[in-house]
Amino acid sequence: MEAVEVRKFVLDIIEDIALDEDVSNLNDDIALREQLDLDSMDFLDIVMELKKRHKVEVPQEDYPRLATMSGCVEYLTPKMQ
Amino acid sequence: MNKMIQGNTKNLSDDLRIVITGVGLAAPNGNNLSEFRRNMLEGISGLDMMEVRHMGQLAAGNCSFDEQKYQSRKMRKRGTRAGAIGIYCANEALVDSGIDINEEDRDNVGIYVGITEHGNVETENEIHELYQNELNTDYWSHHHNPRTVSNAPAGEISLNLRITGPAYTVGAACAAGNIGLIHGAQMIRAGEVSWCLAGGISESTHTFGIFAAFKAQGALGSHADPTLATRPLDKNRNGIAVSEGGCLYVLETLARAKARGAKVYGEIAGYHVNSDATDFVLPNNDRQVECMHKAIKRAGLSVEDIDLVSMHATGTSLGDIQECKAVREVFDKSENTLINASKGFIGHCMGAAGALELAGNLPSFEDNMVHGCRNIEELDPECEIKGLVLKGPVNKEVKTILNNSFGMLGINSALIISKMEKE
Repeated sequence: MEAVEVRKFVLDIIEDIALDEDVSNLNDDIALREQLDLDSMDFLDIVMELKKRHKVEVPQEDYPRLATMSGCVEYLTPKMQ
Repeated sequence: MNKMIQGNTKNLSDDLRIVITGVGLAAPNGNNLSEFRRNMLEGISGLDMMEVRHMGQLAAGNCSFDEQKYQSRKMRKRGTRAGAIGIYCANEALVDSGIDINEEDRDNVGIYVGITEHGNVETENEIHELYQNELNTDYWSHHHNPRTVSNAPAGEISLNLRITGPAYTVGAACAAGNIGLIHGAQMIRAGEVSWCLAGGISESTHTFGIFAAFKAQGALGSHADPTLATRPLDKNRNGIAVSEGGCLYVLETLARAKARGAKVYGEIAGYHVNSDATDFVLPNNDRQVECMHKAIKRAGLSVEDIDLVSMHATGTSLGDIQECKAVREVFDKSENTLINASKGFIGHCMGAAGALELAGNLPSFEDNMVHGCRNIEELDPECEIKGLVLKGPVNKEVKTILNNSFGMLGINSALIISKMEKE
């Protein structure tokens, strides 16, 4: 899967979780939680949706790698082949 | 030594007298007090057919308030229906009371929410999902625990309003609405909080288990016309209509209410709570009689002083007869007391029932009208009681209401509210 596709899948999940927030202008290199009103429960929602929608398991020790959008893409692209 | 406050509250100092200064409610037939009252007087039902998981179309009472009036979509998705009802009722009660929460010491405010049950809805939803996921618990939601802890409805209100005082639920089956209010009054009198939001909430229509259990018990009301599905005190009644709803009151001392020039709806004049200790489900009218008598005694009143009794009357064959026996025994000698019942209009709002049914009668202090009972086509001879208002409304000056609310496992409550006379 191309990185651009992975980014879109992650963005779709974030959009469904952030609901009323605008996610169209995210800076991929700044932490998601600094740009959006996301807390630890939202983060667990993201992990759960990755599992449900894309069958990707993210072990707890890897959670920090999902802090930014670019981190998500880099970490998830090889797992979503 | 028993230190309970007894006797007429007029003899107490203003800082021990507890008054209602705000009402926020969501009923199946009204989203605020004036709408609810109008529909109770005009005989408008809040019952309709709804699709219940695994069971099909059943009569039930659901509310139509705007969930997003005081809560973001995101917080609604995270929380529970009970929380959404609570947040709506709490905010409406505050607006009604004239209290600006930003001007208050939030540590000194209590939230006491009566509930019949909590967690069934979310547990059923998760188990439903579990079956869609071939019983793989890896997909079980991390939201399950925070949504099902029994303090959830009160906690959601606390998060929404940033109230940092004690916020918890009081489990008391279908007596919970009354007991939430009673607990609030007790906590203010004990000096634990300065004022509070108190009452009851129910999300019960969203759990098929409650419908299925009442059906298994032979106590689920039904009729081709959903507005006739529950007919308390009627000869042909066949059970309960399950409803959701909520009603929270602002309670504070009379001293505080006077100091801020608040409108006072009424005063908590007396109450009593007791237990049958006889059966899981079947009521015990001896304990109900005792409960009403002790509430009246505590208020320093006589039965003749009670202008209106709001019955619990759920529409089950045995429960209604037992309560009628009890009410007859207490009030048969009163030439003054009128009696009504609310569940023919709104169904059984479970943990919200007592608080909502009180709200439906509270405006009697102002408009001097008493609503009747809906859906009594032919009164059950065993439910005949002197003063029963079959078809309302009727005119009567009302200064004191006794509100009955009883629940499974034999919990009984009687709450007496008096009109605040101008001094």
